[in-house]
Amino acid sequence: MLNTPDDQLRAAVTPAPNFLRKRAMIDKLARCILFAAAAVSVFVTIGIVYILVSESLVFFENVSLTEFLTSTTWTPLFAAPSFGIWPLLSGTLTVSAIALSIAIPLGLLLAIYMSEYAPPKVREAVKPVLEMLEGVPTIVYGYFALMMVTPLLQAFIPGLPGFNMLSPGIVMGIMILPYTTSLSEDAMRAVPRELREGAYALGYSRFYTAIKVVIPAAISGITAAFILAMSRAVGETMVVAIAAGQMANFTFNPMEGAATITTFIVQVSLGDVRHGSIGYQSIFAVGLVLFLMTLLFNVIGFMLRRRYRLAY
Amino acid sequence: MTSFSKSIGMMKNVSTTAEPVATKRTHSAPPPASAGQEDTWLLEPEEELRARVSDLEFWYGDGTQAIQKLNMPLVDKRVTALIGPSGCGKSTFLRCLNRMHDLYKGVKYSGEITLMPENVNLIELDPMVVRLRVGMVFQKPNPFPKTIYENTIAGLRIRGIKKRAVLDEMAEKSLRQAALWDEVKDRLHQSALSLSGGQQQRLCIARALAVQPDILLLDEPTSALDPIATARIEDLLNELEGQVTILMVTHNMQQAARISNYTAYMYMGQLVEFNETDALFTRPKCQRTEDYISGRFG
Repeated sequence: MLNTPDDQLRAAVTPAPNFLRKRAMIDKLARCILFAAAAVSVFVTIGIVYILVSESLVFFENVSLTEFLTSTTWTPLFAAPSFGIWPLLSGTLTVSAIALSIAIPLGLLLAIYMSEYAPPKVREAVKPVLEMLEGVPTIVYGYFALMMVTPLLQAFIPGLPGFNMLSPGIVMGIMILPYTTSLSEDAMRAVPRELREGAYALGYSRFYTAIKVVIPAAISGITAAFILAMSRAVGETMVVAIAAGQMANFTFNPMEGAATITTFIVQVSLGDVRHGSIGYQSIFAVGLVLFLMTLLFNVIGFMLRRRYRLAY
Repeated sequence: MTSFSKSIGMMKNVSTTAEPVATKRTHSAPPPASAGQEDTWLLEPEEELRARVSDLEFWYGDGTQAIQKLNMPLVDKRVTALIGPSGCGKSTFLRCLNRMHDLYKGVKYSGEITLMPENVNLIELDPMVVRLRVGMVFQKPNPFPKTIYENTIAGLRIRGIKKRAVLDEMAEKSLRQAALWDEVKDRLHQSALSLSGGQQQRLCIARALAVQPDILLLDEPTSALDPIATARIEDLLNELEGQVTILMVTHNMQQAARISNYTAYMYMGQLVEFNETDALFTRPKCQRTEDYISGRFG
């Protein structure tokens, strides 16, 4: 009986009888779905690694690991093939080094400016532009390198071949600039205001506050940004495939053209190389090398982050 | 030490004629012209002053006036506490003294904060120069992500001091002053973030003391600490009496009573009463002060 107003009130806020059971079911369902989502990503990763390793094993049944790691010629499609990874590695490392030598200092400077100096209005204007750079398809960057930057560079560097590593390196640096900038800036802006004020209160200038206090405090995020940029540069494909040429060439000279690991994979998988041939298998071996490189970067990044992790 | 502070030479040694120190106690303060409403009372201390605040007004960037016609002496080498209800402008006033507000846009000051004995108005100085002379300790400990040693001498480094011997000596001296030396002397080169909250706050005090500040500002320095750490900081502040000029904001009236020589009660951006701490807490001159300290409001 709902006699008193109090009873009525209590009845109004009493949950339905099956309320708890329903809630438990929804909870269980949610847990299953979330676990499935996590599992899919793990299985996909395992699958990729499995394919890479197993196909590479086929390759290494025919080619010795010693040759793969020590020879300096890469001619897997020739009649008398040679399988030394160094020419592809040198190309990959050279282009990435050029890209990072642009993206890291420039990204850090931009991040310092955006987080410590820029008035909110400027920041609001610059950020979308940077994000737009991020959204440009990489093939566009490739043609930009080949058609614009290379001719421009040729005007300054006589004898620069049409395919060279300098031009795609520079363009790739611009391409990954948004990553380094926006992640470093986020890390720097996350540094608490009290820490900055502590520096100012001691008489630090704005610049010294930025480089002596804010950057050290944000170093884990900044490192993560650079590692991500590194992985991105090493794995980048279109820009180099278009503008750096497709000839495996053991050189660290940016004025020459050279194929990178990714270029070679594109070349083989789009070409008429027969499936199951040794040339075809070779792309899995170099793919595995690429995977191990990015894995190494990520592990280094993880360790650095842990080493510098700070409790605010 | 003295040669050190001289070598910094931030002030161009303005004048040798110090302002005559008021030796007479005026028992009724001249009420500020604008605040004709309720009573205010300002003690004229007999001791030497380190600074005098005259008709200070302050506006935030959005136009809010946070300080109104504030007059107050700051006695040399004594601890002065600022008390008052939340939002009364204590911290805002404190941050005027090292020009911290200048980090943010559109703020405006009027009036004077005269540093003595040089007789310079720090409102007219470059904020960075002011901060080289007026140190500050914040509510939450904010050590830099560096070693304990580097934190202690951070202010010296920024002043271009490079001599290892000077740095080592000052590090030890200020860590001792901050009653932290014995706890950290064996791990000076470990991260400051490995210290406990109370130790971090004492490190921040050491960092502020290392540069021999003219005035040390403390903005509720114990409000983020547990009672034991608080007691240690209070002991330390008692030790510093007679060595450093301290202005401290506190929410805790017992703390003000325990530590300070002088106390200022602020309300709604105005100074209501400034007196010797004992007098203010036992025989407040103003009704509003009495209401606040007896817990009738605020």
